[in-house]
Amino acid sequence: MTSALFIEQLLNGLQFGVMLFLMAAGLTLVFGVMGLINLAHGALYMVGAFACATVANATGSFSLGIAASIAAAAAAGAIVEIAVIRRLYTRDHLDQVLATFALILIFSEGTRWIFGSFPLFLDVPELLAGPVMLPGGIQYPLYRLAIILVGGLVAVGLYLLIAKTRLGIRIRAGESDRAMIAALGIDIRFLYTVVFALGAALAGLAGALVGAIQSVEVGMGEPVLILAFVVIVIGGIGSIKGALVGAILVGVVDTMGRFLLPQFFQIFMDNVNANSVGSALATMLIYILMALVLIVKPKGLFPAHG
Amino acid sequence: MVNLSRENGFNFLLAAGLLIIPFIAQSMDEPFGITLATRVAVLALAGVGLNLALGSGGLVSFGHAAFFGLGGYVAGILAHHALNYEPIMLSPFEINGTTEMLIIWPLAMLVSGLAALLIGYFSLRTSGVYFIMITLAFAQMIYYFAISWPAYGGEDGLPIYLRNTFPGVNTMDPISFFLIAYVILLLVIALVHVLNNSRFGAALQAARQNDERLSAVGIAPFNIRLVAFVISAMITGLAGALQADLLKFVDPSALSWHMSGEIMIFVILGGVGRLFGPVAGAALFILFESIFGGMTEYWMLFLGAVLLIVVLFARGGLVGFIAGKARHG
Repeated sequence: MTSALFIEQLLNGLQFGVMLFLMAAGLTLVFGVMGLINLAHGALYMVGAFACATVANATGSFSLGIAASIAAAAAAGAIVEIAVIRRLYTRDHLDQVLATFALILIFSEGTRWIFGSFPLFLDVPELLAGPVMLPGGIQYPLYRLAIILVGGLVAVGLYLLIAKTRLGIRIRAGESDRAMIAALGIDIRFLYTVVFALGAALAGLAGALVGAIQSVEVGMGEPVLILAFVVIVIGGIGSIKGALVGAILVGVVDTMGRFLLPQFFQIFMDNVNANSVGSALATMLIYILMALVLIVKPKGLFPAHG
Repeated sequence: MVNLSRENGFNFLLAAGLLIIPFIAQSMDEPFGITLATRVAVLALAGVGLNLALGSGGLVSFGHAAFFGLGGYVAGILAHHALNYEPIMLSPFEINGTTEMLIIWPLAMLVSGLAALLIGYFSLRTSGVYFIMITLAFAQMIYYFAISWPAYGGEDGLPIYLRNTFPGVNTMDPISFFLIAYVILLLVIALVHVLNNSRFGAALQAARQNDERLSAVGIAPFNIRLVAFVISAMITGLAGALQADLLKFVDPSALSWHMSGEIMIFVILGGVGRLFGPVAGAALFILFESIFGGMTEYWMLFLGAVLLIVVLFARGGLVGFIAGKARHG
């Protein structure tokens, strides 16, 4: 194992983590502000990827595709919020789980109906294609580096939005006392739609960015959604900071686990066994991490509400 | 008490209807109808398991597929070893596979129960949305493990070439196998009924309604919930073992979160906390699948729409619709 390979895997983990953050941020925001568990968040990720692939393939412009992914996911999010989600805020979590599970079925089958079962392909834009030389002589795909950068920018932007803007103040106020901010003349229903659409847009962006390195297909959002759940359980549900830390942690631990565990078992097993034991264990690693965090901190690393 | 007797009447009709259908199917030479009825019985059993945690205990477990799949894999793995004449382990003592359902079922329940003990130990320390996500995450962990572990077929699943055996019954005969599943279903429902009306059931419902008061009378809610969660998982695990024998096949999709969602759908469509709710729900689900599944490839789209409408507008499910409001809130 060379250190170059190690650093490359570490960067892959970081890129994965950043992508998870884009998903987890929306989930945790929606839970923090509206108290809603949204299983259909992965469907919005899929909507973003399909919108990006369709527009990018039609126009040949990846940046138009990204814009389309954000717009389509935000629009889908707003429509779903107005039509279904806003009826669920006062319901218990069971109803929320079922209704959003129903939305997944509708979105997945609807997308399959429109686009068919075959995956769409989305190419990395030419500008970002190919490797880049990092200090220390490490070659790394430029596109993945760009994802890390975009994720970092979104994290900073989200922080500024919530900490510094009027909308952010309202979001935080809505988190702590919805009746009071409604009494102060803020249109809370509109605010909720905006927050939900914002979370959807982030998920759509994540779907589009990942669509270029994986395939764009029905059901692509579900594994990511469950990882995003693990992220926000580790980070503390409702906390954006927790989502960032949790996402990086899960991304790096998962990627490094898959890379290092098989090698670790090779020390005392033959190669074939070491590979199967190592990779089977690696798939379980982040869940074990989650269990460990819960033993020490049952409300996650950064509990949002005390 | 009118509603109560109406619910009992509906339950009786449901149980009788489910029993009659396979015989009608056989007389009409439509063996597929027997398979459908068996699926209803098996899936309803899985739902009865979840209903104990969800309805009586208020534990919204989104990971019951873990127990369903584990039960299935116990049946599959034991049969695999027995049919290939390979011992499961040689040291320190030899353990062989088996095709005896009477050995497979308790083992399936044991394995599911142990898994539930572990998952419940972590997840029941939390509540609400954390509990939902954590049960989902642990089920997903087992799912990925099953996919990546190559010894028992990995992603491709594990076939059971010959249905496992039950003393004195030809399990290859569809009606006989249906009757096995049906009798188990009714026995388990009776057991759950007794459990719900026992001191334990009262404590479990109290734990759902008010934690502090239960603690105040000296009962630890955590222990009550954990026991309920384990029993619930054992029932669902037993259903998983039956499902594996019904399909003569088990694969990771039995562990997937879609399965968890479906088991939850049976409970909701039928009516949460109703004794026969999962039977009604599973019957509706299979009916829906066989009607719309034949018409369009995209029947899940309509299932989603129906589920959405039931959740938004028709809480209480089918049993609630027919028998009126629940007796207890």
